[in-house]
Amino acid sequence: MNYLTILLGIILVNNYVLAQFLGICPFLGVSKKLDSAVGMGIAVIFVMVLATAATWPIMRVLNNFGIGYLQTIVFILIIAALVQFVEMALKKFIPSLHKALGVFLPLITTNCAVLGVCITNIDEGYNYLESLVNSFGAGVGFLLAMVIFSGMRAKIDDNPAVPKAFQGSPIVLVTAALLSLAFMGFGGLV
Amino acid sequence: MSILTPVLLVVAIGFVLAVILTIASKIFFVPVDETVSNLRAELPGANCGACGFAGCDDYASALGADPSVGTAKCPVGGADVAAKLAEILGVEAGSAEPQVAVVMCNGNKEASKTLMEYQGLSTCVAAKQMFGGSNMCSHGCLGLGDCERTCPYGAIKVCDGVAVVARELCVGCGMCAAQCPNKVIRIAPAKNKVVVQCHSTDAGAKTRKACSNGCIGCKKCEKACKFEAVKVENNVAMIDPEKCKNCGLCAKECPTGAINNMRAKRKPAAAPAPAKEAEAPAKAEA
Repeated sequence: MNYLTILLGIILVNNYVLAQFLGICPFLGVSKKLDSAVGMGIAVIFVMVLATAATWPIMRVLNNFGIGYLQTIVFILIIAALVQFVEMALKKFIPSLHKALGVFLPLITTNCAVLGVCITNIDEGYNYLESLVNSFGAGVGFLLAMVIFSGMRAKIDDNPAVPKAFQGSPIVLVTAALLSLAFMGFGGLV
Repeated sequence: MSILTPVLLVVAIGFVLAVILTIASKIFFVPVDETVSNLRAELPGANCGACGFAGCDDYASALGADPSVGTAKCPVGGADVAAKLAEILGVEAGSAEPQVAVVMCNGNKEASKTLMEYQGLSTCVAAKQMFGGSNMCSHGCLGLGDCERTCPYGAIKVCDGVAVVARELCVGCGMCAAQCPNKVIRIAPAKNKVVVQCHSTDAGAKTRKACSNGCIGCKKCEKACKFEAVKVENNVAMIDPEKCKNCGLCAKECPTGAINNMRAKRKPAAAPAPAKEAEAPAKAEA
């Protein structure tokens, strides 16, 4: 499998937020401002790659014992612990990065897109390197969706042209649906 | 045997992770400001972001760095948490000039006329959407108590159709001011005891028709003031908090009683009872 194909496929065609509808909570919650959207996106890339790096070998161990069905619970355990560990390490060694990402890291623990990408890597039968590329691409796709959406929200939130009944969450959901439809156009690219 | 392997394996993974995290928390320990960690311990930890900061940690560090952020921002913790935060910050927060909420309306049931009988949802926001509320004056207090419900200190009450602030209890957090759909409440220095209790910008005749306690913009107060503190703009009197000396001359001169001198209590029943009890021992200690 070509790495570029994996990368393009996961960023555009099978975008985690807009095509697979995973990680919707931070997508709607943290996209109000561009800088926090970018911060969240970068934190997600970081955690996704790390989580894949940790869970892929663990899956081998699980398979060796013949308990692959415990995948979900073990992965959640590992992702949560990993995020905690990363947060502590960042706080100690790179305080500036911790300040930028710190708020988002605990939120990512419960982001289903992270768990989703780990499980997809196994299901697709990717090898270790392909898994890492796929995770990186998934994170970039998330970042892309966040940035586009926060740009749209900057124009739409508090816009007096929006009818009163649509202000707030309704118009945000409608916008997200339209953006998702636009991404359907990438279908068949890869 | 078949159940034993997965159980043991998951327990083993959990145990290893726990050990790693415990060791990591010792190795990566970063000393933090004690005030901030104390503040953080008092916050509920819901990380809901309702305070306007990104989570409890962020609020605690912002509060630790600058107490003027306000201790009443956490709606989850409510009054208890706000009081505890203030206690922790107590010494440092003392230097800031105390602020209180001021209700810029005195249109009680007797004074202000109504256009209709409002029978909808009993909140000010809902009433305001219904043709601007039931009062003839579109600027005044709607009297349905949105402020009363939002106040974590119980410092604002609706008495006789208009909100009244118990100044002893009020901390000036501004939650009531943010809630009021008519923007009747403003946050002002507590030292100013003479306040204009009307903010209707309607012309004098219209105001007089709607409410007998409203400011009609006659400028008698402006002439009475010896310190040039009172100005009538947009048909309503404004008192400059810097220039005002609390003499109360303008309040005496006002033909409609729109200016209230709080030093000479006009309506002794206005403030809730516990406020006076709280005041009395404080004086005795002094």
